[in-house]
Amino acid sequence: MKRRLITLADALAVFGALLLLWQLVLWIFRVPRFMLPSPWAVARAIEARFPSLATSFAITAEETLGGLLASIVVGVAVALIFAQSRWVRRMLYPYTLLLQTVPIVAIAPLILMWVGAGTFSVTLIAFIISLAPIIANTTQGLVSVDENLVHLFLMHNAPRSQVLFKLRLPHAVPALFVGIRIASGIAVIGAITGELYAGSSRVGQGGLGYSILYASSQLQTDYLFALVVAATVLGFSFFFVVMFFEWYFLHRWHESARTPEVE
Amino acid sequence: MTLHVAVPEVEFTGVGKLFGHGRAVLEAVDLIVQKGEFVSIIGPSGCGKSTILKLISGLVLPTTGTIRVDGMTPKNARETVSYIFQDPTLLPWRTVQQNVALSLELEGVCSHRRQEKTSALLELVGLRLVVDAYPRELSGGMKMRVSIARALATSPRLLLMDEPFAALDEMSRDHLNEELLRLRLEQKWTAVFVTHSVAEAVFLSTRIVVLKPNPGRVYASIPIDLPQPRSAAARSTPEFEALVAEVAHALRGARAQ
Repeated sequence: MKRRLITLADALAVFGALLLLWQLVLWIFRVPRFMLPSPWAVARAIEARFPSLATSFAITAEETLGGLLASIVVGVAVALIFAQSRWVRRMLYPYTLLLQTVPIVAIAPLILMWVGAGTFSVTLIAFIISLAPIIANTTQGLVSVDENLVHLFLMHNAPRSQVLFKLRLPHAVPALFVGIRIASGIAVIGAITGELYAGSSRVGQGGLGYSILYASSQLQTDYLFALVVAATVLGFSFFFVVMFFEWYFLHRWHESARTPEVE
Repeated sequence: MTLHVAVPEVEFTGVGKLFGHGRAVLEAVDLIVQKGEFVSIIGPSGCGKSTILKLISGLVLPTTGTIRVDGMTPKNARETVSYIFQDPTLLPWRTVQQNVALSLELEGVCSHRRQEKTSALLELVGLRLVVDAYPRELSGGMKMRVSIARALATSPRLLLMDEPFAALDEMSRDHLNEELLRLRLEQKWTAVFVTHSVAEAVFLSTRIVVLKPNPGRVYASIPIDLPQPRSAAARSTPEFEALVAEVAHALRGARAQ
């Protein structure tokens, strides 16, 4: 516990030093305000426009969460199918790679064209971009079970369903969480990218991506920075929520969740 | 009038096993394990010791010959057979109690009976104090006890053990050997035990089967007629020493083949 506090203090010290450096750069090079606002100006922008900032944050958070939850449900389902046979994996696995490698900026406009602009299409984009890591990690977890454990189940004439639900699925939970952790980060990026194209989904209000586009077109650089801060906070929030669930489900039994006793 | 002939617990008749690429692991193995015997299988590496256990359990099918377990095919006899692997093979997300209950759960035993049975077994193997611990919190010896308790939970008539104590230090190994004999005395199962350790085999067994490698065949069958029950003191008798020497000699002969 003591060590954790020290690391937090360290992180805050680095943060403070960076802000100071930022301010120094502004003073020394006399950077114009519309190019780079001061930390103070960003803080003021956050305060002054907090209600609209919070609304944008909430919209993007909702889309990210929707996309992430959908990708967990669909990803686990696909992984369960993949785990059934090597043959199925060989046939279908390349398509998950496709999912991972296709640039989201290229397909986002297509999706908007097909399903129309709005919260749903942005959620769909967040879903598509976060699906691959969940499929890949969960499949890996499902198939990497110790052969002797499978033998143990076979010795009791356990049906396939029992091997799947009592052995493979719980075994895959740590790998699933690795997948969710990666997916949560890119789901935020997916949602914001989607919003750049989707525009305003509600009258006069859009998610962080939309607001970023708008603020930059208006040269409201201080607000643009405030939005970047909000997007970062959103990414971190998802990361920590996932970390919490991971700890909650795994800390009692899994090695990875064990706190190291020695440095 | 019917002639009563005891059906052997395990009967191999001319069993051969080829693995992929046509390599013969076992060839023409004839082996009979009578009910109540404790047979250890010992031999140089690559002589198919573990394969014999896999064949008895029906996890692997023979290429030639027939195998009967209590007069049945290995798959049909599975209900009365338990397997203890070299690793404890516990489910890390289950507590000790839940791990022991697994085999009963898979056999569809109701939860009340499961609770009763696992508690009794955990008491028997000396794990009463750690029933709610997770495997990662246990030592190697304790994990193996859980594995043994799990195997015994279904009240097997035949226990297959594949070097269960190989990874343990000598003290834990000796101790678990003694406990295994005590459990056998109480529960009267038949055992087929694979090991690398001559002393362990002599201490536990009523008979030792020595295999020779490439391909695996039965080289010698040595009865171990040390008095029962055996305690730790049995290890320091001259009879024990003499049997260890005899088995070691046979093992050298098998290796030289």
